[in-house]
Amino acid sequence: MAQAAIELIGINKSFGAVRANRDINLEVARGTIHGIVGENGAGKSTLMSILYGFYQADSGEIRVGGKPVAINTSNDAIALGIGMVHQHFMLVDNFTVLENVILGAENDPLLKSSIAKARSELDRLEREYGLEVDPDAVIEELPVGLQQRVEILKALYRGAEILILDEPTGVLTPAEADHLFRILKQLKDQGKTIVLITHKLREIMAITDTVSVMRQGTMVATRVTKQTTVGELAELMVGRRVLLRVEKGQSEAGAIKLSVKNLTVKDSRGVTMVDNVSFDVRGGEIVGIAGVAGNGQSELLEAISGIRHAVSGEVMLDGKPIDLTGKADPGELRDRGLAHVPEDRHHVGLVLAFEENENSILGYHDDERYLKGLFLNVDAIMADAKDKIEKYDIRPGNPRLKTANFSGGNQQKIVLAREMEQDPGVLIVGQPTRGVDVGAIEFIHKRLIAMRDQGKAVLVVSVELDEIRSLSDRILVMFAGRVVGERGPEATEGELGLLMAGVEHQEAAE
Amino acid sequence: MDIFIAIVQILDSTIRLSVPLLLACLAGLYSERAGVFDIGLEGKMLVGAFAGASAAAVFHSAFIGLGMAILMSVAFAMVHGFASITHRGNQIVSGVAINFIAAGSTIMLGQAWFQQGGRTPALQPGERFEAIVWPGADAVRDVPILGPIYSELISGHSILVYIAFLMVPFTWWVLYRTRFGLRMRAVGENPAAVDTAGISVAWLRYRALICTGILTGIAGAYLSMVQNGGFVKDMTAGKGYIALAALIFAKWRPVNAMFACLLFGFLDAASIRLQGSPLPVIGKVPAQFMQALPYVLTVILLAGFIGKAIPPRAGGVPYVKER
Ligand SMILES: Nc1ncnc2c1ncn2[C@@H]1O[C@H](COP(=O)(O)OP(=O)(O)OP(=O)(O)O)[C@@H](O)[C@H]1O
Ligand SMILES: [Mg+2]
Repeated sequence: MAQAAIELIGINKSFGAVRANRDINLEVARGTIHGIVGENGAGKSTLMSILYGFYQADSGEIRVGGKPVAINTSNDAIALGIGMVHQHFMLVDNFTVLENVILGAENDPLLKSSIAKARSELDRLEREYGLEVDPDAVIEELPVGLQQRVEILKALYRGAEILILDEPTGVLTPAEADHLFRILKQLKDQGKTIVLITHKLREIMAITDTVSVMRQGTMVATRVTKQTTVGELAELMVGRRVLLRVEKGQSEAGAIKLSVKNLTVKDSRGVTMVDNVSFDVRGGEIVGIAGVAGNGQSELLEAISGIRHAVSGEVMLDGKPIDLTGKADPGELRDRGLAHVPEDRHHVGLVLAFEENENSILGYHDDERYLKGLFLNVDAIMADAKDKIEKYDIRPGNPRLKTANFSGGNQQKIVLAREMEQDPGVLIVGQPTRGVDVGAIEFIHKRLIAMRDQGKAVLVVSVELDEIRSLSDRILVMFAGRVVGERGPEATEGELGLLMAGVEHQEAAE
Repeated sequence: MDIFIAIVQILDSTIRLSVPLLLACLAGLYSERAGVFDIGLEGKMLVGAFAGASAAAVFHSAFIGLGMAILMSVAFAMVHGFASITHRGNQIVSGVAINFIAAGSTIMLGQAWFQQGGRTPALQPGERFEAIVWPGADAVRDVPILGPIYSELISGHSILVYIAFLMVPFTWWVLYRTRFGLRMRAVGENPAAVDTAGISVAWLRYRALICTGILTGIAGAYLSMVQNGGFVKDMTAGKGYIALAALIFAKWRPVNAMFACLLFGFLDAASIRLQGSPLPVIGKVPAQFMQALPYVLTVILLAGFIGKAIPPRAGGVPYVKER
């Protein structure tokens, strides 16, 4: 057994009443890739942030290279050769790549020599690892994949021997993820140690040597990757057996509930994002829209839910048109039975500073059930929130907790519970399980299928092919703003992948 | 030629009037670029003015006065830091509190020490900063065009005026060419990025506030030891707020800040100059209107003409790691 690069012994950490880490032990061998999996809120990010000196553990010991060390600030961690790519990037958006890379690692009170040094060093790293990025580009103008690359460069520039990546692939396209993994393998071959947090068990199987599983703040198991299976890991994470693919019966499609005709949408720069798209969704079926992120799916969703102005075309809800000027009253659409779970729950779906119970009725707060004359009926709202918490297994089950303090997966459940419990005729869902753990994915999928079986029309947009394939009765593939193909649920991944890459589209055009 | 002389005179007073604005504006630039909003520029200037004039009068030295002005103003800046950085208090509340404390305590101490109704003793020569006459300024005074420009506009100001204008390129250099500047800009945009880069967010912000204190101290000293021969209560008269407006107007950039402050200084100078004299077309305008003009224009300019001014993104928000 190779020597341990990192040992964590008896780590404890609480945030107020939340015990994020309890008595965690973890050993990572030098020159390996070690995976960490666990449900949302299991404490993975917290544990790694302690190792990186961003948080301080309440108790416990850290050893690096066999020696006990005190890591009180990120500076200590950097000095010990630890680098971290955070789940939410730690970049200054209006700085250039170079400025971000040297920040905190300047070798001189004046910038000139640091910048020159960083320029040549970035050049070397680019050649060595294929980490290409324009050093003078401004961060906010780079796509997320490249921003992540800057984070990796930052760590390597500081001479990191141990690299922690917190959910690095959540924001990447499959091709970008593949590239990232090639880089990680190369780093490993050079003797660097890598810790990888991810929700995607397939990535764990593909790239890690060992894997540890966390559940509710504790470390429940560590396995050699070759000797475990996806099923076992999922079970360890959730503490019960998980269906990785939800069973569903035949759909019984009924009348057309939502109909989109020749819809064209432009973004704020005037670029056509949705190009003459037409399709129907019937009651009792789930229509999935697949595609690589940025091919117009977001704009399509926004236009249908009345938030974004459409240039032309029409959308009919139960045979009556929807106002497409972008000024539709969302309340009115809700009254007509259209519920919308937006892609971006943080900015559109929730008010993070509100309590859970407030978010769980947001948008429906004018409903008689929640009112007592002019005032909100607090008792009814609380009872309603508790009901949803129970039904959707939202954790922690405290309706008075500030929404920002729920983990990502549980925030998603709050939005889903709110929209699904209104019993809408048409449900539009963007990225139902982004950043959500396997247990919650199973749950959300089951709920969506139950909606379908009650005869609702469900439109799902997702960049996860697996999800689209296991949920949909019909699959539409979007590429460059157009629907380039329609397939049944039996379509293979390869077939859909080609469509998503626009291959057939180009052939047809020629 | 009369018009020309009048213009030179207006420009000359533009410079004198914009100096306190410019110093306060650059002071605000340091703290706001570091992510700490500072409504308390006004109060710190007032404290600087009072401390400067008192110390100069007591110790008979302009430089001791200036030193005290800076010292007291920095002390108040540290109070703001303690409340809003260390204790993560609301930055606006802390700034407003500082303004109140400054207004009240200067009057109270002034009366207790000097018994002149809140004034400090009139400063004697040697206790004030005198005008510096540049070599040959008197000789060239009569040369057309260039003469008045050299002798009135360029020569004949106190040392603090030159310091104020030198602070503009200096601040630019600090901001864009030094490690401290890079980190300061970063902490105003995304403190978590600075923290994870291994730099102390709090210490960085404190240092930025020290810069703020030094500059408001100089601004205060200018008011009571150059423009005026002593401290008068509430002598800042809202300049701290105008400086904040200029800072937004300048989009938090030093060179823009200079032009913004010169513009406000010019409006002020013009209104003083034109008071009582009839304007072409409009005729005689009430003095009150001319006095209000700079403020009216400020509102109009801020509302319509500067386009989008994007403040430092982390401005006004205390850095909290653990919720
Ligand atoms: N800064 C913080 N302040 C207060 N509570 C926090 C903070 N960060 C995390 N928590 C809480 O600690 C627990 C563990 O959170 P953590 O972010 O480590 O989970 P995670 O395993 O990374 O989840 P995810 O997969 O959603 O990223 C959660 O209950 C979370 O709400
Ligand atoms: Mg996390």
